[in-house]
Amino acid sequence: MSPNGTSDRARRRVEGTAVAAEPTYYSRFTLGQRYLHGVIMATFMGLAFTGMVLRFSHSGWAHAVALGVGGFTAILFWHKFCAVILTVAFLIHLGDMGYRGIFQGQRGIFWGPNSMVPRLKDLQDLYGHFRWFVWLGPRPKFDRFAYWEKFDYWAVFWGMGIIGISGYAMWFAPFFARFVPGSWLNIALLIHGEEALLAVWFIFAIHFFNTHLRPGSFPMDLVIFTGRMTEEELKEKHPEEYQRLVETGQLQSVLASSPQLWLKNFGRTVGVVVVLSGFVLLVLTLVTFFRGR
Amino acid sequence: MRWTPATLLFFAFAVPSVCAQRNSDCLVCHGQQGLTDTAGHSVSIDAQRQKTSVHGSLPCTGCHTDIKGYPHPTRVATVNCSVCHSDEAKDVSASIHAQAAANVCTACHGDPHAIVPVKDPQSPVYALNIPRTCGSCHANPQMARKFGLPNVYSMYMDSIHGLALTKDGLLVAASCTSCHGTHRILSHTNADSRTYRANIPDTCGTCHAGPKASYFAGIHGQLLKAGDTDAPVCSNCHTAHQIARVETASWQEQTSSTCGSCHKQNYATYLDTFHAQISALSYVETAHCWNCHRHHDILLASDPHSSVAPANLIATCGQCHQGANASFVTFHPHADPMDAQSFPALHFAAIFMNLLLLGVFGFFGLHTILWFIRSAFDRREGGGPSGGA
Repeated sequence: MSPNGTSDRARRRVEGTAVAAEPTYYSRFTLGQRYLHGVIMATFMGLAFTGMVLRFSHSGWAHAVALGVGGFTAILFWHKFCAVILTVAFLIHLGDMGYRGIFQGQRGIFWGPNSMVPRLKDLQDLYGHFRWFVWLGPRPKFDRFAYWEKFDYWAVFWGMGIIGISGYAMWFAPFFARFVPGSWLNIALLIHGEEALLAVWFIFAIHFFNTHLRPGSFPMDLVIFTGRMTEEELKEKHPEEYQRLVETGQLQSVLASSPQLWLKNFGRTVGVVVVLSGFVLLVLTLVTFFRGR
Repeated sequence: MRWTPATLLFFAFAVPSVCAQRNSDCLVCHGQQGLTDTAGHSVSIDAQRQKTSVHGSLPCTGCHTDIKGYPHPTRVATVNCSVCHSDEAKDVSASIHAQAAANVCTACHGDPHAIVPVKDPQSPVYALNIPRTCGSCHANPQMARKFGLPNVYSMYMDSIHGLALTKDGLLVAASCTSCHGTHRILSHTNADSRTYRANIPDTCGTCHAGPKASYFAGIHGQLLKAGDTDAPVCSNCHTAHQIARVETASWQEQTSSTCGSCHKQNYATYLDTFHAQISALSYVETAHCWNCHRHHDILLASDPHSSVAPANLIATCGQCHQGANASFVTFHPHADPMDAQSFPALHFAAIFMNLLLLGVFGFFGLHTILWFIRSAFDRREGGGPSGGA
């Protein structure tokens, strides 16, 4: 990081000198948030592949994958392995939110423009976005977190709760049966599988499109890897936030250095691999699902 | 051979009269190698083998009764084995082989001048040689086509019985005759046949006495005994000629679909469970039908002795699920989420999840498609890097 260098560049841009090669970057995600996303992404991929092999075990591709990694025993081991890491990551996030929100008094975590908690503006943006889709109005001015980003967040949040609890219930079934009727395990198996389908299809079809594949972000939005976005992107995608940062004079405080080339290449490589393998799994599961068992 | 009046008469009159014609007289000509009749068939005899055969003590004219002296006619009558072997002849003439072979005795027993005791390993009907002997016809594809028979020979040779017999040389291993009988082999459609459906448990039970007893204690055996001809017998699950070792993974993997060929509804609900999902990944330690319901002595759940009777579920589930308790066994391994009557909570959960999936993908599917179209248009009009503000 060299604050002097970046503010030089920022000044040049403000003065109207078009320097296409050196855009100004602003920070969007902290290193901790990027690591958290990385862990969630990696374990989710592991859970999705092993889980869908179990869900569609009668299909040829599932059998082949299972054989490839060492059979059901290996599949279940990696499923549980990823599940435990994801659980730990989820608990760390919950703890972090709780600590910052309650002990440090960062109330902005629970409401306001920097919070993931939905507000009225999200509904208005959703309505406005649909109007824009059909040429009935201007594009809404999204804030730091757009409504679909909040939906992504809460979908994963809800999914981890439901899939996690039902998963651990099945893992330690006789233990859970001490507290709840065993017939609930029937429900646990059902919602574990259905919610997993929802999560896998949502991430691989909707989330990947919303964040990476839609025109404007295609082929890859690197912000989750680099933690930084250009001024251009900030104005485009989060105009309300940009405007507020300018008005309150906070823009300089989120100024960041350009992401290193290796980091961008790392993000591109990981991103392409994950998006492509997600697409493969999406197609395989959809075909198997609609063709029947 | 039994000492019937006919046999006694034969020895009383025929034998002394031919004693004038001694075997050594016949062997003057027939002892020569390469002797053929006018049609070119070999008529030479291995004197040594004939002497040590089961018929060695008999005079030639004992069987070739139409030969009274020398020179004898060029055409001699076909030997009639039934003169002595009348019981066997009666059985054969009642069997499916009666119409099959011209020389029906020698087809299996081989060269009539060299027949050795059944216990002699040289005999074509020695236990270890039976499959090859039967196979001389039944492994023949043309013969199989002619009579519409499956090629059971190769199936048998790869089965547990065939391998035990041919590979391990076990005399007790079942060969063709163990199940089908010997002289009186009947079609499996004949109610007297050892391979008639209803008789199969008794036929297999000749060796497998334990499974037979538990089979008849179980619901399948009870149904068969009660006259239900659709009740499964041994061969319905184990097949007839391709019987495999039950310890093999390949066999265990397909047992559930075998049960499912009759128990369709229960098989369908089994396929929805984790047990079946991991079975499809070749994990044989999972629960197949028989792990819970047992195999030969399957009983209705209403029977207190059944492994799936409510009182026995903790022990049955506990075979795999350590710590299984009364609450745990209320898990229903055949629950049908679409059956609102029997499983209301599960049904509600299934409906809720289906609506959730439909709702989310319906809404975001539309959202994504509209967004794609709109931003694609904007980009074509040069609206900016993000598809226009």
